[in-house]
Amino acid sequence: MEVKNLCKAYGDLPVLENVSFTVGVGVTALWGPSGVGKTTLLRILLGLEKPDSGELMGTAVRWSAVFQEDRLLEGLDALGNLRFALGTDYEEAKAAAMLTALGLTWETGKPVGAWSGGMKRRLALARALLAPSEAIALDEPFTGLDDENRQRAIRAIRRVAETKPVLLVTHDRTELNLLRANIVNL
Amino acid sequence: MDRKTDLRLWAVLFWLVVWQLAAMALRAAYPHGELLLASPVNVLLRLGQLAVTAAFWRTVAWSAIRIFGGFLLATVLAVVLAALAAWKQWLRGLMAPLVAAVKAVPVASFIILAQVWLNSRSLSLFISALMVFPPVYLNVLEGICRTDRRLLEMARVFRVPLGRRLRGIYLPQVMPYFRTAVSLGLGLCWKAGAAAEIIGLPAGSMGERLYTAKVYFQTADLFAWTVTIVAVSVAFERLFLALVDRLMGKAGL
Repeated sequence: MEVKNLCKAYGDLPVLENVSFTVGVGVTALWGPSGVGKTTLLRILLGLEKPDSGELMGTAVRWSAVFQEDRLLEGLDALGNLRFALGTDYEEAKAAAMLTALGLTWETGKPVGAWSGGMKRRLALARALLAPSEAIALDEPFTGLDDENRQRAIRAIRRVAETKPVLLVTHDRTELNLLRANIVNL
Repeated sequence: MDRKTDLRLWAVLFWLVVWQLAAMALRAAYPHGELLLASPVNVLLRLGQLAVTAAFWRTVAWSAIRIFGGFLLATVLAVVLAALAAWKQWLRGLMAPLVAAVKAVPVASFIILAQVWLNSRSLSLFISALMVFPPVYLNVLEGICRTDRRLLEMARVFRVPLGRRLRGIYLPQVMPYFRTAVSLGLGLCWKAGAAAEIIGLPAGSMGERLYTAKVYFQTADLFAWTVTIVAVSVAFERLFLALVDRLMGKAGL
């Protein structure tokens, strides 16, 4: 994937100015202070927003994502949420292995609305990592996770990043080192 | 249930006693007091006499089919148009004056106008449909418009097909709005449908029976048919809402 001279403004306020970078298999981290346009850039790559100018090459692939918010169906349980996003690609054995890797259990029948913030975040991550995709966008996926679960999440992301590009937004340098991420400074 | 409107048995009994005493007082004061106000006991007796005749049930069925048919037609049309209007802004704009007009114009005006266009047999169907359409359309549209955009974005990124999006995102959002609208619509359609029958006087309808009872001062019949209309309306509302709740339960909503 290649991004060339990407620009985006909201009204008179420029958010992204001539951003260029390439992305390959593995973790690529979008790095920069708050408000620099990291989430906007992810949204453009996901096809949710249009850039004002610039070129996007090879980004029109099948994505999965963890958004800034969990964006789970709060009335459904874990199985319902995974089935909703994965459809016929849902495989129980793979899903069970992923949940275990992230330190989650099925909590069958318990709507995720009643789950803790950290559990919801990990389920949102499980959904993104299990979904059939050619690339993954992760917008602050470690929010609300304690150290142990953060380590679990990092291991799961590293495993998936061996076969496909993973674009990550985070504010923690330690996580980037553990993920061996290529850093794009914005 | 709303505690403010919750019907208490003791309160109902109190007003029945007041009604009975008022009817007895009128009968004692005037020789034909029963013509002005039938007592609840006489209404109940008359209802019992009517309910064992086939003609009574034929009349109820005649009206119910048309009024409930109008409700169903309007509900289907309103849901389809609300879905399209949520999708196409121009359709929402186009529908707005029409819905506002239907809401604002008195039902009696529509009944009289509809008498010019339609035969009396279709009048109650048309009028009940007309009364049900605005609340169902507006509520369902509101429900769709309030759907969480962030969930829709998530579904778009994960390429979730429309059928699953409908079931997983739209239906849980819209169903409470739809349920409220249906409850309101069922009450409205019976009131408006009965009014249309009383003005249009289609042969074999409950409205015609009400009108005949009024003309011949059969006050007990008048009350008995009114009680029947209320009972049938409540029964349809309860049955339909139970069906909606059951479908929602089956769909896991």
